[in-house]
Amino acid sequence: MFKKILIANRGEIACRIIKTAKKLGIKTVAVYSDADLNSLHVEMADEAINIGPALVSASYLSIEKIICAAQESGAEAIHPGYGFLSENPKFPIALEKAGLIFIGPPVEAIKSMGDKITSKELAKKAGVSIVPGHMGLIKTVEEAVEVSMKIGYPVMIKASAGGGGKGMRVAWNDNEVKEGFYASKNEASNSFGDDRLFIEKYIVKPRHIEIQILGDSHNNLVHLGERECSIQRRNQKVIEEAPSTFIDKKTRKKMGEQACKLAKAVGYTSAGTVEFIVDKDKNFYFLEMNTRLQVEHPVTELITGIDLVEEMIKVAQGKKISFTQDDIKLNGWAIESRLYAEDPYRNFLPSIGRLTRYRPPNELTLPELVVRNDTGVTEGGEISIFYDPMIAKLCTWAKSRPEAIKLMQDSLDNFEIEGVGHNLPFLSAVMGHPRFLSGDITTAFIEEEYQEGFVGVRLEKKDLRLLCSAIASIHIFKEIRKSNISGRVNDKVEAVVDDWHVFVQGVQSRVKVVKSENDVLVQYADIETQKVNFKWSPGDVLVKFTINGEKYSLKVNNIIDGYRVRFRGADLKVQVKTSRQVQMSLVMLEKKEADTSKSLLCPMPGLVTSIDVSEGDEFEQGQTLCTIEAMKMENMLKAEKKGVVKTILARVNQSISVDQLIMEFE
Amino acid sequence: MYSKVTWIGGLKILEDIKRNLEERRELARRGGGEKRIAAQHAKGKLTARERIDLLLDDDSFEEFDMFVKHRSTEFGMQNDRPSGDGVVTGWGTIHGRQIYVFSQDFTVFGGSLSETHAQKICKIMDMAIRNKAPIIGINDSGGARIQEGVASLAGYAEVFQRNVLASGVVPQISLIMGPCAGGAVYSPAMTDFIFMVKDTSYMFVTGPEVVKTVTNEIVSAEELGGATTHTTKSSVADCAYENDMVTIAETRRFMNFLPANNRSKSPILPFHDDINRVEVGLDTLIPDNPNTPYDMKELILKLGDDGDFFEIQENFAKNILIGFIRLEGRTIGVVANQPLVLAGCLDIDSSKKAARFVRFCDAFEVPILTLVDVPGFLPGTGQEHNGVIKHGAKLLFAYGEATVPKVTLITRKAYGGAYDVMASKHLRGDFNYAWPTAEIAVMGSKGAVEILYKSDQKDPEKTLKQIAEYEEKFTNPFIAAERGFIDDIIVPRNSRRRIARAFTSLRGKDLKNPWKKHDNIPL
Repeated sequence: MFKKILIANRGEIACRIIKTAKKLGIKTVAVYSDADLNSLHVEMADEAINIGPALVSASYLSIEKIICAAQESGAEAIHPGYGFLSENPKFPIALEKAGLIFIGPPVEAIKSMGDKITSKELAKKAGVSIVPGHMGLIKTVEEAVEVSMKIGYPVMIKASAGGGGKGMRVAWNDNEVKEGFYASKNEASNSFGDDRLFIEKYIVKPRHIEIQILGDSHNNLVHLGERECSIQRRNQKVIEEAPSTFIDKKTRKKMGEQACKLAKAVGYTSAGTVEFIVDKDKNFYFLEMNTRLQVEHPVTELITGIDLVEEMIKVAQGKKISFTQDDIKLNGWAIESRLYAEDPYRNFLPSIGRLTRYRPPNELTLPELVVRNDTGVTEGGEISIFYDPMIAKLCTWAKSRPEAIKLMQDSLDNFEIEGVGHNLPFLSAVMGHPRFLSGDITTAFIEEEYQEGFVGVRLEKKDLRLLCSAIASIHIFKEIRKSNISGRVNDKVEAVVDDWHVFVQGVQSRVKVVKSENDVLVQYADIETQKVNFKWSPGDVLVKFTINGEKYSLKVNNIIDGYRVRFRGADLKVQVKTSRQVQMSLVMLEKKEADTSKSLLCPMPGLVTSIDVSEGDEFEQGQTLCTIEAMKMENMLKAEKKGVVKTILARVNQSISVDQLIMEFE
Repeated sequence: MYSKVTWIGGLKILEDIKRNLEERRELARRGGGEKRIAAQHAKGKLTARERIDLLLDDDSFEEFDMFVKHRSTEFGMQNDRPSGDGVVTGWGTIHGRQIYVFSQDFTVFGGSLSETHAQKICKIMDMAIRNKAPIIGINDSGGARIQEGVASLAGYAEVFQRNVLASGVVPQISLIMGPCAGGAVYSPAMTDFIFMVKDTSYMFVTGPEVVKTVTNEIVSAEELGGATTHTTKSSVADCAYENDMVTIAETRRFMNFLPANNRSKSPILPFHDDINRVEVGLDTLIPDNPNTPYDMKELILKLGDDGDFFEIQENFAKNILIGFIRLEGRTIGVVANQPLVLAGCLDIDSSKKAARFVRFCDAFEVPILTLVDVPGFLPGTGQEHNGVIKHGAKLLFAYGEATVPKVTLITRKAYGGAYDVMASKHLRGDFNYAWPTAEIAVMGSKGAVEILYKSDQKDPEKTLKQIAEYEEKFTNPFIAAERGFIDDIIVPRNSRRRIARAFTSLRGKDLKNPWKKHDNIPL
């Protein structure tokens, strides 16, 4: 067994690898950039070595510095995690030269699978079914349009070196091909330093399902079932599960066998993933092979009970996999939600900043339920512009899919994140979405179900009432507390009124609220009475409560004139008023919000890469006005409605902050 | 006439008088009549009585002088003598604590102030001073009652005099919920806090018409003296809220922070928040780069009970934060430099804003917590020519004279004279703490080296070495701690516990300044 390994990564994956290493009794070495000095992975590792400035090219992507760190610390092997150097064939080559072991597949496998075109040719040869497309690189826009027309719209423009949704564009017509060609080229060159592109058929109602494989150097190769990764946004996975509701035993077997065939063909060892696109008739086509540990590997671990990192470490030492294909049983259901620092209400634009509050739900390992949270951040940490905006991967496991989803809903309700915009409400929304619950999903799920963007969840009557009871109970608690303030004229505490009106989501409920020793009774006009029991004290954001025996959690903040309540993906203002206040509030006038449609404000911090209009220009709805680069992603800011540009205040190459004025309209 | 007699509880009540009384009360309650009430409502404004009703606890209001009528006989006024004369006065409770209140009734002669109207206000102000309970004045008045001439002006002055006498004895709060113009503005101006309602209230000495006639300047009432103007530009008002109801609700919340008078300590709200609460996130609040700003509000919210911070003048001189928090249920006044704005420097506006707040706290026995991250005073002709010397001295003076418990925490920079000003040890700070990131020095390292080694300026290598040397010496709290100017260096995550304990230990503090008639603060 290795004595010491180095993890050439950061964030949650570095932490996750350290955990397994600790379990195996292996000492760990973390590397960190200047920006990550206070990171969790640095704290968790036995040793930590600084490898330079925040910029990835000078730190986490520097093979030289990482090898130096390994030699300095005496680590024998290096786990690359995912991203960064994990699929760069130069890395294992350099490691070998330096006498270090790479915890991952052989160089040749990385090389051949790393190129999307080569990999496809190899797959075809190995008898794996592939998507119809143009085998070859696209050099010019004209060629892109010609090839696209030949394949037939819609088509997908992809970066040859791409991954993680970067450098990918779907085009439905010639114009979009032209636009996408340049955008992909730019992104590809920025992200991978390689701007080669290719084009293939875009399958319209596809599912993204992948097979986890594991091989050793003794010719053993197994597959660990599938992962359903269809819930994606802009080709970036958001929610994954294992198994898939769509895959039957027969298809699973076929997919698994093809995946193993391909792996065998390239002499694969270690953990890897073969991604397929599956159409509605369960035809599946090879997409690509990822020669590394995947972000979403925990769902496979949860249903197989296999620690993939442990297996990778063992295989790297030339050990045999300790089980056979027949030993692998898929057990129960696992879901993973990826928490990103991105603002769902602003079209998921990246958000950066300080995690002023970060309280994940408690991890849990019971025979019936598992809650696992893979994270690399702590409260007070920084989500910076330099790295991936993923905050955590929250996973739940239960015997059945509905139970796993319910557990996920509860866990999301218990997750507290403040300081940066995050997609928690969106994840909650999906967990409660009837189509997701039915399992009838495709990779277009988000696009189709949230066509107007995400605007929050409207609660159903039952959930609304739960919320109403909880807030009424909190309110009475606070009122009683205030009536006990010192310095009163009478020593006797006046009884607090019990007649309240709760306003939420346009619904007014009149309730009688009575507090007894242990709980609060909330009685509605329709005679329903809810018995609320809660553990909360003022200042707590999280309210854990029980209503009629069922457990729930919600988040509450005091705001002027009421409460801000977050529950099940809804973000609502709740007001609790006395009858007198209700009567008087009728006098208050509705005020209009300030008109902001006359200007374009920067929705995220970033760099202006282009301004696509000039002063005095007329523009159409949907026209690109300017492009902001943030988190290495190009974000085109498009016009919400037609208009004329009055003044432009931002300049190209200027770095700008959230809500900074970019241009004004007539 | 006195024929019908009934007996209630051994008391003889004459039916007719009883009926008469009810009728008179009813008449008084109607104010200016249904039509005017409807007009008031149409503007989104509540009536004088509705406001009191919402402000005070249910059924706690005891009214005075309901039957007072004006005595004017000019301009046909003798024919129109409504009961109450345009102001509702009395006392009641907010969460059981006594409050005196007057509320001007715009439906009666536009809430204009007559001799008797003023007398009613004066009566409850006198009672408030005598009985040591706060006064809340609700202003909604067209101004002086012109028909009464000098009698009305005299009435204002009587109110002003009482504002002055009450100042520093009981808290005075003004809610501006309608017009407040001309001489009338000086009563609220002398109270401790002014809250305004957005869009329906305004304050100015001379209105838009006069402004236009005299200066040809065209300006709307809202722009001249609306809630936004006064909370962002003039700093006349402390807080602005959306409407009457929110303003009143926030006033109730605010009153829970204030002591009843200058002899009683602040009220104690039953507290549930753990005083030993550790805030891990504070360890990384100070960014690695000394020039990177951070939000001081996060520290305030994490220190106080329940994350409850009542901020005052939120939108004016944002480079300093002031407001109230609680520790162990007891009110603490907070003054904090805000690095997010102008690097948290002191300037004319921030000095004035903080100075007045420090003096309020000192006057009413509210302990003061000062959070320091200050790079110095803002330089420039704009500041110097407008008297930053005297205005900055106000804050220095206010801290120096304050005898209440004073706890100071230096989080990062405490440079130059601004270090002295911000409740330093030398101004009788009781507990002066610093985080390990504190830098206490005359100025930043670069500036200091430029002065110290003027001749070496041309040699960048040497300069860098000198900067490093200076930093090693001064960009830490140890030199100050060695001299005892800093009592202890505390770990950020433990700040709540340490600060709360410091205030706990100071509850019995008894410090008196030398006898004087009053001091001569550089006004």
